[in-house]
Amino acid sequence: MLSADLHKRLGAFHLDASFSAEPGETLVLVGESGAGKSTILNLLAGLMDPDRGRVALDDTVLYDSERRLSTPAHLRPVGFVFQEYALFPHLSVFENVAFGLRAQRLPDAAVVRSARAVLDQVGIADLAARRPQELSGGQRQRVALARALTVEPRVLLLDEPLAALDLQTRAQVRAELRRRLADLPCITILVTHSPHEALLFGDRIAVVDGGRIVQLGPRDELLRHPRTDYVAQLMGLNFLQGRVVSKEAGGLAVVETGNGLMRVAGPLDEEREVFLVIDPREITLHLTPPSGSAQNVFSGPIVEMVPEPPFGDRVRVVLGTTPPVVAEVTARAVDDLGLREGSHVHASVKATAPRTFR
Amino acid sequence: MLADRWSARLAGLAAALFLALLVLPVASLLLRVPPGVLLERLRSPVVTQALWLSLLTSLASSLAVIVLGLPVAYLLAGRAFPGKRVLETLVDLPMVLPPTVAGVGLLLAFGRMGLVGRVLTPLGMTIPFTTAAVILAQAFVAGPFFVNAARAGFEAVEPQYLRAAATLRSSAGYTFLRVVLPLSVPALLAGAAMTWARALGEFGATITFAGNLPGVTQTMPLAVYIALQSDLEAAVALSAILLVFSFALLLVLRHLPSVTAR
Amino acid sequence: MPAPDRFLPLRLARGLPLTALCLLLSFGPSPAWSGPAGHLTVFSAASLTDVFVVLGKVLEQRNPGVGVTHGFAGSQQLATQIEQGARVDVFASADQRWMDYVRQRGLVAGVATEFVRNMLVVIVARSSPARIARLQDLATPGIKVVLAAAAVPVGRYSREALDRLNGAPGFAQDYAQRVLRNVVSHEENVRGVVSKVQLGEADAGIVYRSDVTPATAGRVLVLDIPDRYNVVASYPIAVLRAAPNPAAAAAFVSLVLSPLGQRVLRDHNFTPVNAR
Repeated sequence: MLSADLHKRLGAFHLDASFSAEPGETLVLVGESGAGKSTILNLLAGLMDPDRGRVALDDTVLYDSERRLSTPAHLRPVGFVFQEYALFPHLSVFENVAFGLRAQRLPDAAVVRSARAVLDQVGIADLAARRPQELSGGQRQRVALARALTVEPRVLLLDEPLAALDLQTRAQVRAELRRRLADLPCITILVTHSPHEALLFGDRIAVVDGGRIVQLGPRDELLRHPRTDYVAQLMGLNFLQGRVVSKEAGGLAVVETGNGLMRVAGPLDEEREVFLVIDPREITLHLTPPSGSAQNVFSGPIVEMVPEPPFGDRVRVVLGTTPPVVAEVTARAVDDLGLREGSHVHASVKATAPRTFR
Repeated sequence: MLADRWSARLAGLAAALFLALLVLPVASLLLRVPPGVLLERLRSPVVTQALWLSLLTSLASSLAVIVLGLPVAYLLAGRAFPGKRVLETLVDLPMVLPPTVAGVGLLLAFGRMGLVGRVLTPLGMTIPFTTAAVILAQAFVAGPFFVNAARAGFEAVEPQYLRAAATLRSSAGYTFLRVVLPLSVPALLAGAAMTWARALGEFGATITFAGNLPGVTQTMPLAVYIALQSDLEAAVALSAILLVFSFALLLVLRHLPSVTAR
Repeated sequence: MPAPDRFLPLRLARGLPLTALCLLLSFGPSPAWSGPAGHLTVFSAASLTDVFVVLGKVLEQRNPGVGVTHGFAGSQQLATQIEQGARVDVFASADQRWMDYVRQRGLVAGVATEFVRNMLVVIVARSSPARIARLQDLATPGIKVVLAAAAVPVGRYSREALDRLNGAPGFAQDYAQRVLRNVVSHEENVRGVVSKVQLGEADAGIVYRSDVTPATAGRVLVLDIPDRYNVVASYPIAVLRAAPNPAAAAAFVSLVLSPLGQRVLRDHNFTPVNAR
């Protein structure tokens, strides 16, 4: 387990963050630029020292301000994938990937063996002799990942791993990266400014704002119980995963979420795995089955009603529908409709409401 | 648009003048001496001695400067520390000192009665009048060129690469050898070329500190100067030889980056 | 004494403040002189450095309006510069050879006159660890001897004197060769030899008697070379054909040859020609 308690002051910016993470899970740090997410990664890696705090990996203490202990970066069992990848331009892909092994003065045979294994694992064995300058963005990203994995880190840090890619490549690489990260035994901490990416990658998500972790928890918790307005807006989104099972007239795709069907507008091919993000505000609640153009109507009980901080003038309504969704309505609407936990409601979602991505 | 054409013309004129300043003395030197005479002079013992000595000492001093200068350049390229400005100024000093002054300084430091010299003398080691003194004088005046070029090269290395290396179990030393150095090679070669050229042409400090003895301390520039005082033709021939040699070697050094890049 | 300027034998700056001072001083009982005026450039052998500066000042005092600029270097260097077109009025060489060089190229106006003579001495660094008490000791292996280069008059004279000592009573047959083996540097003028010995960098050197100034004497020991083996250096002086200021040039040469000039030369340890 990684436990981190970090305090750092950079000019007028104060960072105070405490969190922990377990092996096998992916923790996503999400927030706007300048929020302090990358700083946290740098502090964990030892590229920067906190003013105060403690970082420990199980029994190994990497940093402890009280005991004046700070392990230098190159001795920490940490791997880092940089935003711009920072692949060494004067080395081939193979040598880039092998760098961490050679730096540990391992015998040549072992280096070659391990490096080849990782190259295969990441699927870039055919690029071994090329130079980073000759690679596409997506290829570079894979090399950066392979390079970090070769040193068998116990903590893998990724700083906006998709930001340097164009939109098209990003979509492809995203799916692949997610699969890879999911399989990794190490603790993975990923930084992104994209809420969608956070929802996709994060087993647990930490919302970082102004140098503080505003809320940390699994997706559902951020969705159901956002602690602040900011969290609600940024991350309190419905996230569904499914597959397109059929197409209907008017270009609508029918997505089987495993928990119910959702009709979604937009050019989606059949058999496609797809992720849907639905803003709770796009879900309207009715006491009686609504008439209107909404292509999705789900009926079910209200499981929970959570007033949103700070003022509770907006309310999160957790529905036991199939698929289960969370809607956001005004407190006024709650009163007007006389909504209570247990009330049976009809939730309508326009087909254009879900945002899709692969 | 009219202004553009005029400024282009002006720039062209300035460039032509500067190039003329550079080319004319060189051309005059080469045109004065027929190649046959040049080759004949090349065989005379004074010339071969001086040429050999020049090559030997300039290569030795350049090598010494590179080896000793790399750590200094690395230090200066890094973060600030108390006294960094002083060190920077100290490194630049030989570039600003008139070479003769440098020679006097070297005498006062390493001469028989010098600060360091007086320690070495009882041990039987005196530095002035030896080839070692020539190497020392050259290293002193040419040192700053390499250090500053190397420093600029190191500073130009993207900090991100250094951070990446750190996360890949690379100690500071390994990072320097495997990341910083290879990425600075063009700057290092340029610095080495400048240093070697300066060492080759060094005169004032050499004649003051090392003296003038054929075969021991009389490098090409000294030989030219002495010849100039009594035999103009010989001086011209020597100058032409030195010129051709320097030009050829600098050309080779300039081509090295493109060769090593492959 | 500091090492002489090697790059710029023309110490241009020296003449001017002295000129100003002398101009001020000359507003006194000196008679109104409608004589030579203007700039005068004198190229002289390095051994004449101190004495010619004094004589230059005397000329300025006598001829207010004259400013003397000196160039001191090895005679060989001066001769070559004159040949290359240096604008010089007077040339004083430390040997006939370099005067002949200039004369043969038609650069001399009139004749060259011998104006002073000089003899050689050996100077030994006081701080030298080597025991050099006699001339013979110069041949001891391992000691550091400095001579002027062969093209420099005193360099040539030194080698001549050494050759004369070959096989002399009390001297080895190959004395000269042994001493030459001890030579560690060929200086480009005599003052270079003086400074190396004074600084204690070299153990001994051969210079002119006139180079043992009061300042130098404190730092070195002097070994005389017996007249029999010594070389008499003959110094000629001449006005140059292309002299920009022939009047002042002639005045200077007259001064040097005059009884006063000869006295000043004798005071500086030279051997005057017009002995009175």
